[in-house]
Amino acid sequence: MTDAAKPALQPPPGLRPSWLARLALFAALVALAGAVLVPLLATALNGFKELGDLQTHPFSLPEHWVWRNYGDILFSARYWQVLGNSLLISTLTVALTLAVASTAAFTFAHLKFFGDRFLLSYLQLGLLFPLATAILPLFIKIRDLGLLDSYWGIVLPQVAFSLAMAILLLRNAFRQLPGELLDAAMMDGCGYFRYYFFITLPLSGPILSTAAIISFVSSWNGYLLPLVVFNSERRYPWTLGLMAYQGQYSTSWQLVLAFVTLTILPAIVIFLFAQRWIVAGLTAGAVKA
Amino acid sequence: MPPAPSSFVEPRRRMSVNGWTTLVVFLPPALVLFTLFVALPMTEAAWYGFYNWNGYGRPEKFVGLKNYQLLLGNAAFLRSLLNNGLIIVVSLVVQLPLALGVALMVAGRITGAAWFRMVFFLPYILADVAAGLIWRFMFDGAYGLPSLVTGALGFAPYYLLADKTWAFSAVLIVILWKYFGFHMMLYVAGLQGIDKSLLEAAEIDGAGPFQRFWRITLPLLGPMIRLSVFFSVVGALQLFDVIVPLTGGGPFETTNTMVSFLYYFGITRMRVGFGSAVGVALFVICVTFAFGYRRLFMRDD
Repeated sequence: MTDAAKPALQPPPGLRPSWLARLALFAALVALAGAVLVPLLATALNGFKELGDLQTHPFSLPEHWVWRNYGDILFSARYWQVLGNSLLISTLTVALTLAVASTAAFTFAHLKFFGDRFLLSYLQLGLLFPLATAILPLFIKIRDLGLLDSYWGIVLPQVAFSLAMAILLLRNAFRQLPGELLDAAMMDGCGYFRYYFFITLPLSGPILSTAAIISFVSSWNGYLLPLVVFNSERRYPWTLGLMAYQGQYSTSWQLVLAFVTLTILPAIVIFLFAQRWIVAGLTAGAVKA
Repeated sequence: MPPAPSSFVEPRRRMSVNGWTTLVVFLPPALVLFTLFVALPMTEAAWYGFYNWNGYGRPEKFVGLKNYQLLLGNAAFLRSLLNNGLIIVVSLVVQLPLALGVALMVAGRITGAAWFRMVFFLPYILADVAAGLIWRFMFDGAYGLPSLVTGALGFAPYYLLADKTWAFSAVLIVILWKYFGFHMMLYVAGLQGIDKSLLEAAEIDGAGPFQRFWRITLPLLGPMIRLSVFFSVVGALQLFDVIVPLTGGGPFETTNTMVSFLYYFGITRMRVGFGSAVGVALFVICVTFAFGYRRLFMRDD
């Protein structure tokens, strides 16, 4: 039992590094973290420079901190407008996805009816191909419905394309709620509607937030659909607004980089605060599906 | 509402009035939205693909398989197919081992493990457009990384994104930067699910670290690896947002993916028939892959 002397601290599975190996490992991780962070830090810092300074020293602290680059953007209407548009679109998408997917998932989880399996596989077809494959006919459809250049023209297709994943996640979770709950509720004269609102939903917080996070991130970062649907700049979400800004100031990297920094800032701040939830949501969603 | 005696035998089989009302209220919204914005457009793409149509009026000029012939004879499209293939290869040959290796490093209790995981995952939550723009700056010959080298050596600025031989490697680097953290996190989740007593037992039996990795950790990670490969391929096939800000498909149409080809050659020129044919090709590839892969590799997962 010579191994009994080993401390309780267990190394990661598969690796038991010595002191020196651990140091090398740590150094490698620091280098990799540097490689990941340098583009982001350079982006943020270069936003504080004058163009000449940026050109001669692209990867150092600013010679003079030019706060005006950021200030001008922060006090411009367009910055707040693109963020507001994105927030509106993403919030509507998430709310509608949760409402539509959870009700559909509820029927698939608890009701047996003719064709239920067929309809479920029909909805799961959405997992097989990305939005881009149908983007042209989708554009024609949105146009024919009169939804071009409107928020609904983005929200409804986004909801439709996130349904497959959300229904799959929610149905599996709803089915795992103990069946005795449903039996007992039915015995006491509680109908399906009340069961859905007062038992299923309150007990499904974690999976609902997973579905919400997946749909929010993809909507917030969405680019192709808004690119095709929107014409007028006042409705642009931040992704389109960023590209429009870049088109306008393409010769002034310091301004473009300041704009990039400020538009990705909300995502980064939220990620830092809700890291655990977001990581779990995005990976668990992938694993469970 | 007491159930009728006949339904007492199989309570869930026969639906009550309450069940039907629920069904009629709860199911249609999903079916209508999905049909209208997912299923119909996809079927219409198959139909439009046989026409030469600019999107106005109704499609009338039936051209049969001409769009598909044009597609297969189009050098830019073939290049975009090749590019999608390159992304898949790099995802599997470079990204997968990197993500797995880093996951092994940060799954344990090394100092700052949680912090490292967070940093590596961070790029994944950023929008592809923003990542593309950031790296457009990084690769800019006059301002970014290349300028450090050329400036120090006194060479003329080098514009990687304008180099038609190497521009696509820039796209590959951005994809690695943005997505390896996500795959790392999948492996971390997989590693945390491995029963430690197995590894301890193997160690007591005299298995070295590499043997333990090959014989225990890696096989037990199998489902996660198959999943990660699946997401790599599916993600590669639909890549678009990075291309637009980074290269715009140029120089000389050498950096398009299938979706950016669809955008530049179908949507911006309103060639609905041709663009739909691209969409159908992409659909066939995605569906064949998804079914084939699940059949072959993910049957037990």
